[in-house]
Order: sequence, then structure tokens, then C-alpha cells
Amino acid sequence: MSDQTVATTEPRVTVDLPPDVRPVAVQLERVTKVFNDAPGVPPVLQDLSLRVASGEFVCLLGASGCGKSTLLNLVAGLESPTSGSIEVPGGRTALMFQESALFPWLTAGKNIELALRLGGVPRAEWKPEIARLLELVHLSGQGDKRVHELSGGMRQRVALARALAQRARILLMDEPFAALDAITRDVLHEELHRIWQEADLTVIFVTHNVREAVRLGQRVLLMSSRPGMFVRQWQIDIEGPRRIESPGVSALSAEITEDLRREIRRHGR
Amino acid sequence: MAVNTPTSRDDFADLEAGLDALDSPVGPNDRKAAARRMLNSVWPPILAIIVLIAFWWAAYALKLKPEYVLPSPASAWDSFVAGLESGATQKAVFNSLQRAFVGFAISVVIGTIIGLALTKFAFFRRGFGPLITGLQILPSVAWVPAAIIWFGLSNEAMLFVVIMGATPSIANGIKSGVDQIPPLYPRVGTMLGARGLNQIRYVILPASLPGYLSGLRQGWAFAWRSLMAAELIVFSPALGLGLGQVLDQNRTLGDMPGVMATIISILFVGILVELCFFAPLERRVLRQRGLLGDKL
Ligand SMILES: Nc1ncnc2c1ncn2[C@@H]1O[C@H](COP(=O)(O)OP(=O)(O)OP(=O)(O)O)[C@@H](O)[C@H]1O
Ligand SMILES: [Mg+2]
Repeated sequence: MSDQTVATTEPRVTVDLPPDVRPVAVQLERVTKVFNDAPGVPPVLQDLSLRVASGEFVCLLGASGCGKSTLLNLVAGLESPTSGSIEVPGGRTALMFQESALFPWLTAGKNIELALRLGGVPRAEWKPEIARLLELVHLSGQGDKRVHELSGGMRQRVALARALAQRARILLMDEPFAALDAITRDVLHEELHRIWQEADLTVIFVTHNVREAVRLGQRVLLMSSRPGMFVRQWQIDIEGPRRIESPGVSALSAEITEDLRREIRRHGR
Repeated sequence: MAVNTPTSRDDFADLEAGLDALDSPVGPNDRKAAARRMLNSVWPPILAIIVLIAFWWAAYALKLKPEYVLPSPASAWDSFVAGLESGATQKAVFNSLQRAFVGFAISVVIGTIIGLALTKFAFFRRGFGPLITGLQILPSVAWVPAAIIWFGLSNEAMLFVVIMGATPSIANGIKSGVDQIPPLYPRVGTMLGARGLNQIRYVILPASLPGYLSGLRQGWAFAWRSLMAAELIVFSPALGLGLGQVLDQNRTLGDMPGVMATIISILFVGILVELCFFAPLERRVLRQRGLLGDKL
């Protein structure tokens, strides 16, 4: 596998799409978010601008507390920005969390059904739709299981199915696989990649794991902390099937990790 | 690459199927084990009761007290059987249960509304929260004199005491149930499009159900206790005899075996409602959510 190439762009503070023709799915324009406006406290996010193309898979990397979750919440509409504008022309968004956010009083199938019900899908379509979504995440026939009867990986697959049941075109994922073991995570990377392609989704994926970001993303963004800003982006075009252990992934991961370390060290001084 | 790592989609599908199979529980839920656990939970209390009766018997046999103060277990049993045979006990149980159920049902409605209001309005909560907790501590028998003055020797007086006894527990139960909801759930609800009443119906109420149920259970215990206290005092020929009134009658007649038999009936009814209604309900809810582990 020596024919793989890693393309890297130069550091930029404002990250943007490559001059591409695809429509924009998510657009943030100079977004600032302040939780605590006491003097001397930097904003959580400052002057953040970002455009994500429809159908793109973007990974967001950054130290703990740099505002990654806040950014996703803003895009999801769970929070509103202190200043700046957020537009989401790419369609509905769904947010997936690190812990399984399935409701434990419902079965796997009923969790999906609730998303359909609240999304206004006609009752007659629920059953076939639930079956289709369970099939999509390779959990056919497991719809009657209670949440606690599912493994961590299965729960996140049900959560993915529920997100898709919301008819979301944009998937916001907040460290969704962080609590899983390596093999399960590997399998879920494959699943997510497949579903992203099949369903033609736009994905913004937050992670602490550099390899995971490189394994999955078409573009990786590195964020600084306090205030949260983009410091660098990598456009990834490793050819052929990408695996967590592919040499191309390893090489780029090493480079990004170095940058992440430098960024974290800066705060110690 | 020398290592054998999954490369094709089929490899991953196989791996995934293997993981799912490994993660599925291997039936520890069979009937035999359940029956054995059931048996294990039934015999210790029975043994405890036998020990207690043995002590009672010993105290009686040693003639620690005269017989009209400390009757034998056998005479209490005879009195109990006689009560059942004449149908007087059944009638008293029926009267008491009816009062307790009506009072409890009213308490559930009032308590739930107050409890939801406590979680919804911060000002209401700061004002009434401590008051309601205080009412929960107040022995409801303290309401009996006031109830008699307001309502006379009537069913309403007894209902009032029951409601004052049960409502605070139920209100606090739903309040703590809602307080204990992980903040993630309402956020997920919002994400899925549940707003306003839908949020309460599909997220808040089901999520708070365990706390609510334990409040209901405690509320029932308070309702039953309060009713017995009220029945002991509120006595009028116009009212049907409840267990509390029977107990007071036994006392005035100096019928000590009858007193013991009635106490045992009161205890028995309380335990029966708990065992036949609240315990299975709570167990079902907790088991659904995987909060029960291997306990029965
Ligand atoms: N609702 C809030 N109120 C006040 N401060 C908040 C709130 N939410 C987040 N913060 C603060 O904003 C900063 C960024 O938080 P955020 O959760 O977005 O970080 P993160 O990058 O997701 O971190 P992690 O990697 O640990 O998940 C933190 O310092 C946090 O304390
Ligand atoms: Mg976070």
C-alpha cells in the first residue's frame, strides 16, 4: 500500500472549503459563544467561521474543554450564539452523544419509533421504517430488546438508527464511539462510513482520537482552546479503503498529534 | 501487511456478528432459577415470623404478665378465626380498604399536581418545598382533632386525615423522580422534537417513573397508617366499622386476644397490598430498565 498519498494544506486560521462546487450544508459566520462574561474569561468560541459542504465528512479535533460540544450544540440549535450567524441549509440535524442516549424505558425499536412519531411520520409507516433502519445498522430482529440488553456498540448503532429516523441529512456526532473498545469501534467506523455513503449524509464528527479522525474524515479540523478557534485543517485524500492501521492513516495521525501537542503545550506557558 | 486485519466489508460484517453474539446475555433468566430465587426470598421472613411467635409463646408460658394483658398466640388465633367465620373481619377490612383507596386516589391526583408544580416553578418550590417536606414528617394523627372539628365524626374527617398523610410523600416522590432525571434525556427529547406537553409525556414522566413509584408506595403506607389512626378516634354508629374501630372496640371490651388479632389483620392487609400491588409494579419498572440486576 505504498501508493497512498497524504495531502496537507498550510495552516490557516479561518478554515474553508476547497473551491468546490457542492452546495453548503452548514455555514458558521464569525460565531462567538460566551457562557461567562466576567472580565478576563475568554469566550468559549471566538469568531469561528466554517463551511461544510453537503455530503462532506468533517472531523473536529481539539483538547478537552476547547468548545467542540458547544459548537455541535450551536449547529443543532440547542444553544444560540452570542454573536455571529449560523445557517444550516443542508436539512435537518441530528445529534449523537458519547453515552448511549437511548431511553432505557423503551425497547430499541420503540426508541426509533419515538423519533418517527415526534418527527410527524404517519403511523402506518412506522413498522416498515423501523425494520429498514434496524436492517441498515445490521440489527434486524433486535428491535424488541431493552436498551440494557444491548452492548455499547449495539446501543450506538440503535442511536444512529434513531438519528436517521429523524430524517436528518446532517449528523452531528459528539465522541460517539469514545466509550467503546477498539475492535467494536473499528467495526462501527466501517458501519458509519458505509451508511454515510449509502445515505449521502453530511457528518460533523467530534473526537479526541486523532487516528479515528484520520480514519473517517475527508477533512480534519484542529481547534485551539480558550478561546476556541480553528488553527489548522487537513484535507485527506488517502486512496483505497482506509483502515485504522493503514500506513497513510498512521503517518498523518503522527503529524496531527504533533500539532495537537504543540497546541496544548502553548497553554502551559 | 503481515497481520491479518479485516479488509473487506464482509470481514467487518462477520466481526460485527461475532461481537453482537458475544455481547448478548446467555439465558440466566430461566424459570428454574427464578423459582429458586423466589423460594429463597420467601422462607427467611417465614422463619422470622415463627421465631417471633415462639418468643411470644415463651413469654406467655412463663406467665410474665397476667393472661388478660398477654394472651397466648393460640387464643389470638382463635379470635382471628372467629372474626373471619362471623364475617366481621372481612367487613371491617372492606370498609377500611375502601376508605384508604378513595383517600389514596385523591392524594395521587393532588400530590402529582403539586409535585409537578414543584419541579416546574422555582418560586413555588422555594416557598412550598420545605413546607411539604415538613408535612411529610408531621404525624398525620395530629390532624385528627382538627378534622373532627371541621368535618364532625364522618367519613370526610377520615378521608381528610388520609389525604394529609399521603399527599406530601407522593408530591415529594414525583419531585425527586424528576430531579433525578439525567439532564441528557430532556436534551435528547428536544433533539427528537418533543416540546411542551410532548416533552412531559414522552420524556419527563417515563424518566421519573421509578422515583414516582417509590413515592406512591410510601404514600400508600402513610395513607394506611393515617386511616388507622383516624378510625381509632372517629367512631360513630352511623359509620361502617373499619379495622381501627374494631380495634378500639376490642380495647373497650377488654378483649386482648381480639386486640392482637385485629393488629395482625391490619398488618396483614398492609403487607398484602404492598406484596400484590406495589412490589410487582416497581419490580417490573426497574427490570424493564435493567436497574434490578439479579435481585428478584
Ligand atoms: N452550559 C454551560 N455553561 C457554562 N459553561 C459551559 C457550558 N457548556 C460548556 N461550558 C464551558 O465551555 C467550555 C467548552 O465546553 P465544551 O463542552 O464545548 O468542550 P469540549 O471541547 O466538548 O470538551 P470535551 O472534549 O471535554 O468534551 C468548557 O470550559 C465548559 O466549562
Ligand atoms: Mg464535549
